[in-house]
Amino acid sequence: MSDTHAQTVAFVRETQIPPAPPPTMETGAIKWVRENLFSGWANTLLTLVSIYFIYQLATFVLPWVLNGVWNTSSLSECRDVLQGVTGGCFSVLTDRWNQLLFGFQYPSEFYWRPSLAFVLLFLAAAPVLFFDLPRKLLIFTGLYPFIAYWLIWGGTILAPILALLGFVVGYFVFQRFVKESFAMGFFGAIVAAFLTWWLGGYVVDAVASEDTLLTAVPSRDMGGFMLNMILGTVCVSLSLPFGILLALGRQSDMPIIKWICVVFIEFIRGVPLITLLFVANVVLAYFLPPGTTFDLILRVIIMITMFASAYIAEVIRGGLAALPKGQYEAADSLGLDYPQAMRLIILPQALKISIPGIVNVAVGLFKDTTLVSVISMFDLVGMIRGPILASTDWNGVYWELFSFAALLFFIVCYGISQYSQWLERRLATDHR
Amino acid sequence: MTTLTDPPRESFRLSMLINDTRYRSLTFQAIALVILIVIMAYLGMNLVANLAAAGLNISYEFLGEPAGYDINQRPIPYDSQSTHMRASIVGILNTLIVAFLACVTATILGVFAGVLRLSKNWLVSKLMAVYVEAFRNVPVLIWIIIIFSIMTVSLPGPRDFRGDDATASMVFDAFAFTNRGVYTPKPIWEAGSTALIVIFLASLVAIWAYRRYARKQLYEQGNLLPVFWPSLALFFIPTILAYYILGRPVSLEYPALQGFNFQGGIQIRGSLIALWFALAIYTGAFIAENVRAGIQAISKGQTEAAAALGLRPGRIMNLVILPQALRVIIPPLISQYLNITKNSSLAIAVGYMDITGTLGGITLNQTGRAIEAILLLMLFYLTISLSISAILNVYNERVKLKER
Repeated sequence: MSDTHAQTVAFVRETQIPPAPPPTMETGAIKWVRENLFSGWANTLLTLVSIYFIYQLATFVLPWVLNGVWNTSSLSECRDVLQGVTGGCFSVLTDRWNQLLFGFQYPSEFYWRPSLAFVLLFLAAAPVLFFDLPRKLLIFTGLYPFIAYWLIWGGTILAPILALLGFVVGYFVFQRFVKESFAMGFFGAIVAAFLTWWLGGYVVDAVASEDTLLTAVPSRDMGGFMLNMILGTVCVSLSLPFGILLALGRQSDMPIIKWICVVFIEFIRGVPLITLLFVANVVLAYFLPPGTTFDLILRVIIMITMFASAYIAEVIRGGLAALPKGQYEAADSLGLDYPQAMRLIILPQALKISIPGIVNVAVGLFKDTTLVSVISMFDLVGMIRGPILASTDWNGVYWELFSFAALLFFIVCYGISQYSQWLERRLATDHR
Repeated sequence: MTTLTDPPRESFRLSMLINDTRYRSLTFQAIALVILIVIMAYLGMNLVANLAAAGLNISYEFLGEPAGYDINQRPIPYDSQSTHMRASIVGILNTLIVAFLACVTATILGVFAGVLRLSKNWLVSKLMAVYVEAFRNVPVLIWIIIIFSIMTVSLPGPRDFRGDDATASMVFDAFAFTNRGVYTPKPIWEAGSTALIVIFLASLVAIWAYRRYARKQLYEQGNLLPVFWPSLALFFIPTILAYYILGRPVSLEYPALQGFNFQGGIQIRGSLIALWFALAIYTGAFIAENVRAGIQAISKGQTEAAAALGLRPGRIMNLVILPQALRVIIPPLISQYLNITKNSSLAIAVGYMDITGTLGGITLNQTGRAIEAILLLMLFYLTISLSISAILNVYNERVKLKER
């Protein structure tokens, strides 16, 4: 067959030609640009507008950052150095670095204490955030609140030890009684802990000496980003257990308990945080026994914790509602009672579903800690608007300071949300 | 065959309150109630004792007394001799104004950013991702203060508009951006403007009626009537015709530089603009995420199914994707509106006189009636958020998937 064919056609190629490379317009970067940036007139227009926007932003921001002055001690000095050239006076950050981080009243010779507490925070948070780490590290996490309190506030070491002792006693009482009944163990532990603190309070008062290892720093001296971190971490960690209790209460069959929780949650969620901070600032004192003085930071922590626990309760309620009913029935059919079913079956799954929501609340709460500047506490924003902008040296430096504050919050909040996305992928056990 | 007899009736024993599930919940509730009452009584007694010690009482009479302070943005007539009650009402109106403006702007921004973030254009989608992440992760208070600083520090003062070598100039001769606020033209309603408004409203009704008619024609007769162009014509033509026939009853008053400041027009203060735009941009980033999630929640099969039925791309979006996506988008959107309203209380940081600034700020400080003022303040916000939740519940009930 092929022979006859060969004679009718003038030329037949007997070897295969090497494959030609694809047209240059259809490969590599050019193809990508054509497909992603210039695939139609609308797309091209959008691209050009975006490029123009980025160009404008860059010409505006880049000289400001690149010409920045980092080592002068006042605004007028900085302007002398710049001599009319566009540039940021970032020296306000280096000059007032400690004030921005620690507030203007924290004794400067003790800056190492909150810094150390901050570094230890990562060590304490690591085993909670990453499950692969050895579980033994959790012991340090448990000890961390007391260490951090002692480092930041100073004073007698007996106070945090007593607080820890209360928890330890409570834990042993719980272990002792939980086999008989969860309620008995739970309430017994609470009573035992309070009894320890109450009795221990007298002992500590009697024993504690005046000259302590770490000098006491009063709460009103806390300020700067440190205050935001303290409020954020303390309130988030305290609001989690309260939020779980509130969510369980709202799901409960007992009408009175359910309605107490519903009213609390809806009330707190219905009012802005600022009004709650006003309550902490001016109203809360009316509801305490006459003559008690309560420091402002503690009152604020109480109110923010209430605020956050209402939001976390709603998130966890969502998680509880999302569990298939079969899980509840399975727990019942195994003969578990309510506390066991919750602890062993329901909550582990519900909390896992709620993680993204909880992280959202945590990020939101951390951002909301800046509101304390409204009730004249000197957190990062309060420091900037108060002592720094009001000082004669730096009156008029807005952008550098607020960009710094924005950047600091961005780093923390973006970091947390990236972690939560990683965790979500880690915990995804459903096979899709 | 065994016969079943009822187990012998147990008499009630006290231990059954703990051990019998039938009674245990009653025990717990009783304990909870008692604890609640004890706590309330304790707080109440402390309150009474503290008030007695300070020589105070709970009374709302201060609402009737003259306020004695000025408010720089007055939607209704108000002067320093007006009562605290009136000051609070001005504050409420100011809250609602900024909340409304911010909600509208945030929705527009959020929908644009959310849709553009899904764009096939790599640059645009990355740019929108940067917008969303940058604004979501920085406290709104910082944004409010930054925009307020732009408004008060970076913009030129009114005297920069003066003279031949003015360093600043008005935009379109109508808008002046100064550090005392933005001046815009103000409409002057003259005789006959009522008729104009009535005609405009009537044309809106006509548009609605026409669209209804067109839909009825489509469903019952199968005639596809044009909708877009007639609606557009109905919207503009009657009003514009009436405007000229009635002899131009509405004119604009332009702001003009007189003395040291601009006169005439509407002055929008820097504090309002700061609050408005900061809330809008910040919340817009959240809305963008909701919109994106809503659109992505609709499976691709829906688009393909609609295309298989022969629908054009525009109709696929309008008739198939959007109605389903809106079900997902609107509930979080409404709670974002609620957040805007609550966050507008941050007005106090830039001196915008909303309800927190009047009732919770100056009135509280002048009268010292902290408990009453904050109670009223909370009541106001609670009313707003509970009514928004009620609307949300009604909506959710209406759009709930009708399953089995």
